[in-house]
Amino acid sequence: MESLSNKKKVLEVKPLNFLERAYLPAIAGGLATTMKHFFKKPVTISYPEEKREYSENFRGMHSLKRDENGKERCTACGLCALSCPAEAITMTAAERQPGEEHLYREEKYAAVYEINMLRCIFCGLCEEACPKEAIYLDGDHVPADYLRKDFIYGKDKLVEAPLNQ
Amino acid sequence: METADLIFRIVLIVIVFAISLVVAMYSTYAERKVAAFFQDRIGPNRAGPWGILQPLADGGKMFLKEEIIPTNATGFLFIVGPSLAILTACIGSAVIPWGKAISIGSHTFDLQVTDINVGVLYIFGVVSLGVYGVMIGGWASNNKYSLLGAIRAASQNISYEISMGLSIIALLMLTGTLSLKEIAEQQHSWHWNIIRQPLGFILFIVCAFAETNRTPFDLPECETELVGGYHTEYSSMKLGFYLFAEYINMFISSAVMATLYWGGYNYPFMDDVAASLGANPAAIIGVVVLFAKIFLFIFFFMWVRWTIPRFRYDQLMDLGWKILIPLAIANIVLTGIGSTLLTHLGY
Repeated sequence: MESLSNKKKVLEVKPLNFLERAYLPAIAGGLATTMKHFFKKPVTISYPEEKREYSENFRGMHSLKRDENGKERCTACGLCALSCPAEAITMTAAERQPGEEHLYREEKYAAVYEINMLRCIFCGLCEEACPKEAIYLDGDHVPADYLRKDFIYGKDKLVEAPLNQ
Repeated sequence: METADLIFRIVLIVIVFAISLVVAMYSTYAERKVAAFFQDRIGPNRAGPWGILQPLADGGKMFLKEEIIPTNATGFLFIVGPSLAILTACIGSAVIPWGKAISIGSHTFDLQVTDINVGVLYIFGVVSLGVYGVMIGGWASNNKYSLLGAIRAASQNISYEISMGLSIIALLMLTGTLSLKEIAEQQHSWHWNIIRQPLGFILFIVCAFAETNRTPFDLPECETELVGGYHTEYSSMKLGFYLFAEYINMFISSAVMATLYWGGYNYPFMDDVAASLGANPAAIIGVVVLFAKIFLFIFFFMWVRWTIPRFRYDQLMDLGWKILIPLAIANIVLTGIGSTLLTHLGY
């Protein structure tokens, strides 16, 4: 029957000729191939000493941003938690008290902001959802740890370091 | 035997022993480095500069590991196995001529531990004893995988010893002697036996790969089928001895190949060198040349290991019995006809 794709190729099994049966030419060819690799530059990256560069749009650990005056941008609107497909983000909102204007940009802020790094899939939907440009996945890898509870990162690990003026 | 000669012999034995152990030690390192280079990697580079202390670290680890003897193992034989393996590996070096005689004062010292007139047979005897270490170890482990590995090793060694012996016979027909020293002397300058026995050498090197259980003939320790092969149950330094014995065997068989076929300590223009530098420096250059040949062979062993995949067991037996043995016999016949013709023609 004619094949539909016209790509059918009939293979015929030819008996090996003498040189092929002697294996030695094939072995010499193999040795030549490995010798070519012997002089190639190794592809290894000696990890702790040298690190591979991340791509420009690499999504790593989250950071909660501050504005140009060093105030926290997050207003605890909850859009990030809503957008999160892995339900990794939880937060508790609080009202800014008089005298805290230098800490929080707007009247409402996140008193507790937690991301479960074991749930997070680093999709970046939270930074897309954020109307205040408060969260970015611009960090490094999330490091390993021993206990599950230690993977729930609070504000102490997420908020950017304060500006020192 | 004179006292000076006796002392020199003892010193030489110690030196040869030390050298073969050090070479074996650094073969493990070289194997890992060479493997890495063949696979575009870096290889061990943490212990010391370029990782050159890696063998020491490995050895220290082997010594400090807990010694485990399985409950159902035959205790005594379990220990005899690796001891025999390393013993037979080490004593093979006794008949290898490492260089021309060196004269100090009025004494001349042979750079060979003992020049017995059946040197080649001695090597063969020692090599065939080597399989007992594997066999006893595998049997004493009381483990099916170990036993299968040991049986494979035994039958493989027996099969390949035949073609190895036959390939040597063609060489011995030309040399007319079994003494390794005389064979080395006959290959003066560039008259190496490889020129007269190319097929014999190919047969010999294939058999040497099989005898040392190196890839592509490493079926006795085939991990995918037999866990670890005959040393599945072994740990600590007893395992170390088995692994070490393999590398010493590699060193010795490289030395034997270099001596039998590649001129041993002979090198082209050695007479000119001896005339201009004196006999002793020329002899020392000869030793260096021999070691260069040995290291090239060791490198070749590793090169082949990272190139060719393992044989299937029936293919191994096919190759040994149906191809190598007929070829070796043909080689004997051809050598006989050739040497008779050449003698008649007056060469």
